[in-house]
Amino acid sequence: MRFFLQRLRHACFLLFGVSILAFLFTTLAPGNYFDEMRLNPQIAPETVAALRAQYQLDRPLPVRYASWMNSVVHGQMGFSFAYNSPVAPLLFVRARNTLLLTITATLIAWGIALPLGVWSAERFGRLPDRLLSWATAALLVIPDLALALGLLVLTVRTGWFPTGGMTSLDFESLPLSGKLRDLALHMTLPVAALVLSALPLLIRHVRASVAEVLDAPFILAARGHGIPRRTLLYRYALRAAANPLISLFGFSIGALLSGSLLVEVVMSWPGLGPLLLESILSRDLYVVIDGVLLSTIFLVSGNFIADILLYWADPRIRTEGGTR
Amino acid sequence: MSLPASCLNMIHSGGWAKEARHMAPILEVRDLHVSYSASGGASYAALAGVSFQHMPNEILGVLGESGSGKSTLAASLLKLLPSNGNISTGSIFFEGKDLLCSSASELEQIRGKRISLVYQEPSVALHPAIHAGEQVFQVLAAHESAGKSTLRQKTRQVLASLFPKEADRISNSYPHQLSGGQRQRVLIAQAIACGPSLLIADEPTASLDSTTQKEILGVLRTLRDELGLAMIFITHNPALLAGFADRVLVLYGGRVAELGPARTVLSSPKHPYTRALFQSMPQILESTGNRRKTKLPVIAGDSSTARLPLEGCVFEPRCPDRMEDCRKREPALVNLGESHTVSCFRYGG
Amino acid sequence: MEVETSPSGQNMQPFLRVEKLVKCYERQNVFGSRDRLLALDGVSFAVARETTLAVVGESGSGKSTLGFCISCLEIPTSGSIWFEGRDIAVLTESERRKVRAQIQLIFQDPSNSLNPRWSVEDILLEPLNLEGKLKREETKQRAAALMTQVGLSSDMFQRSPAQLSGGQRQRLAIARALALEPKLLILDEALSALDCSVQAQIANLLIELQRTLGMTYLFITHDLAMAAHLADEIAVMNRGRVVEQGPAEKVLRHPKEEITRHLLAAMPSLDNAERPPLES
Repeated sequence: MRFFLQRLRHACFLLFGVSILAFLFTTLAPGNYFDEMRLNPQIAPETVAALRAQYQLDRPLPVRYASWMNSVVHGQMGFSFAYNSPVAPLLFVRARNTLLLTITATLIAWGIALPLGVWSAERFGRLPDRLLSWATAALLVIPDLALALGLLVLTVRTGWFPTGGMTSLDFESLPLSGKLRDLALHMTLPVAALVLSALPLLIRHVRASVAEVLDAPFILAARGHGIPRRTLLYRYALRAAANPLISLFGFSIGALLSGSLLVEVVMSWPGLGPLLLESILSRDLYVVIDGVLLSTIFLVSGNFIADILLYWADPRIRTEGGTR
Repeated sequence: MSLPASCLNMIHSGGWAKEARHMAPILEVRDLHVSYSASGGASYAALAGVSFQHMPNEILGVLGESGSGKSTLAASLLKLLPSNGNISTGSIFFEGKDLLCSSASELEQIRGKRISLVYQEPSVALHPAIHAGEQVFQVLAAHESAGKSTLRQKTRQVLASLFPKEADRISNSYPHQLSGGQRQRVLIAQAIACGPSLLIADEPTASLDSTTQKEILGVLRTLRDELGLAMIFITHNPALLAGFADRVLVLYGGRVAELGPARTVLSSPKHPYTRALFQSMPQILESTGNRRKTKLPVIAGDSSTARLPLEGCVFEPRCPDRMEDCRKREPALVNLGESHTVSCFRYGG
Repeated sequence: MEVETSPSGQNMQPFLRVEKLVKCYERQNVFGSRDRLLALDGVSFAVARETTLAVVGESGSGKSTLGFCISCLEIPTSGSIWFEGRDIAVLTESERRKVRAQIQLIFQDPSNSLNPRWSVEDILLEPLNLEGKLKREETKQRAAALMTQVGLSSDMFQRSPAQLSGGQRQRLAIARALALEPKLLILDEALSALDCSVQAQIANLLIELQRTLGMTYLFITHDLAMAAHLADEIAVMNRGRVVEQGPAEKVLRHPKEEITRHLLAAMPSLDNAERPPLES
């Protein structure tokens, strides 16, 4: 228990540090949101100055940090210049859209990688395994961008799926089943792109860990007791191979908010990615800082969850190792 | 039904009549040849013509050092050889049926249920992340079609028979929380859970200290007496078989060197290998006065399989009693009476 | 202080003297509590030069911990280890490293203590190169001499430990231990993992080395028969303490402690073949 409280404490410090760094870097970067406006001759410099004062951009750094902190505590998390609204609701809507994609993709990817990896490990070194290895190697080599674009091209040619966005124009008027179907159709491509890019790594890791465990004496002993093949593979082998896979799963959770940026931008999915990109380019300060912070929270939580899972799954860690 | 000569010998030799309820051997291995193929196409023979019979309710001690083929024998009896192992000829009759002709599903049914294996190295033969009780339960679940609660009941019974005082605590423990002796008992529990008729114990006491060793031997002996199990006890230490096994089979270089009643083989061995092996062991009652710290009479060389000759007697290069014929032909099994057989030219063959 | 006599009859200080050695292992639990394991609880004994002391006991009696402490792999919690006039229990790390060359430990499982990726030659040259006293050609000659000393042929130089048999691996481990010319060899169940006939071969090698090199042995084992054969004195350990110690003959024929009698009774022996089977 002390161990976990300590981790929690470290996580808080980390987030604090990240927020400071993010603040520093974004404000120290040259330019600010109102630069473009300043270049526009139609807007008077006094207006620009007034706007800057309104958004506190002329105050010293620590003061701005303090008022941002204050705003976070009150649940607003700063103010977006571009959207003219508090950052929090904006961020959360976009984050929800991203999570919709990434959680689905993660579940599907793991759901395919585990049985496929186990199947491959069972046939380690033989032809089916080697074929799968080549296929995953090929997928690994193709960049995410190329995958996403390739899928887009496919859909443009065939018209099977919508080519972008999250919902159709008439989304609101559809009945519930229609809404779900529409959402599902829009999600298919981005989820497919994410799954295809995540799959090779997962399959390889599952295969490697399980293959190593299949050679273990306790597996042979279980075979000697006549334990049926299915139980042997899933209850015994996978269980014993779980440790590295749990760490990998922790990474998957950590990347839930940050891993899909490219795909979202290419497929025009209204998620966190395009928002962050846009905000960085236009110096919409607080959106950037909050976005970074949110991603960091997920990353840290992912590792934390992995640690908890590891603790639960491996009795040796739980009971602090053997007796001698 | 005419009985094989060896069976008749056993009955007449006395001391067997009261134990031989059935005349038929529970296990009969005939001329078993097993080889392993190494990379590069070469193959070497691990077992070269092993034959013996094993009667029900009997403890057969298989004595063999590294390279003798004893682990191969254990693996072959359950057809659990690694992928590069290959049974070239021979037959293994278990309760009348040839195991080598059985299908994979039939074998899966036999393993753990009719024939069980107790492994050496209890620290690695148990799954590290599953409770000991659960591991015993899994064996039962694999073979019996009763309901879960009945099986759990049975698991408790099996564990109680091996851990009279602390069955529940052991059941809920993980292997790393148990001592070596306790782990070995859990392995034995797994092996007897489904009531097999043959138990094969492959060096079950190898990593245990002497007091625990004696305990485990006692447990196995009790199981034999109470459950009527036939047992094959594989070891490299002849001292363990003294006062424990009923018959002893000595393996050397993949062949049977000597086979006979334990009392005879252990107190007056006939094969040069067996004799030399026993002489090289320090005996505590002798280690007094001037015998201590003198060199033990050893068998020269080592028993690695790479050095086995292709023709002639397999022990010949190291044999202190070798003769001319030993290099030319392989000796046949000679019956010395009282079902004691030796394969050595010194006694005929 | 006891004065031991060496086989040559000279009176001399004990070669190795352990006084009230205590080793306590502590472990911090995840939940904050501490687990304490008292492995050694005040062990005292002495070993004379060029003799063999067998330390026998069951698992958990602390015999391996004793070996680790004496060979400076573990630092004792309290107590002293007098070796060649110095207390090696309180040395600094660099001093301890020098002492380790004098006291070598041979483990039970040679496949775990020999690097499987190195050749036999590499394994033998490593301690010589680390010590740095000899030149290149001299180290190779020394390696070849060591191989002969332990009964291995030098055409095994390029093999890896995996290609050697158990007995050959243990011989290699002994050769490596001898490389730095130690005075004390601690054998922690060094014969227990070997076949019976191979145990005899290695035991003979040890007897030979004691005679030619004047080695002193601390033979840790649970095999009383082998201990009886090799040892001049036997110390029986139970729960971290030495409960009985004396000349081998005396301990075996007239054991004083219950645990010694227990160990003697539990020992498997071929002589049991004469008697009827054990009643369970």
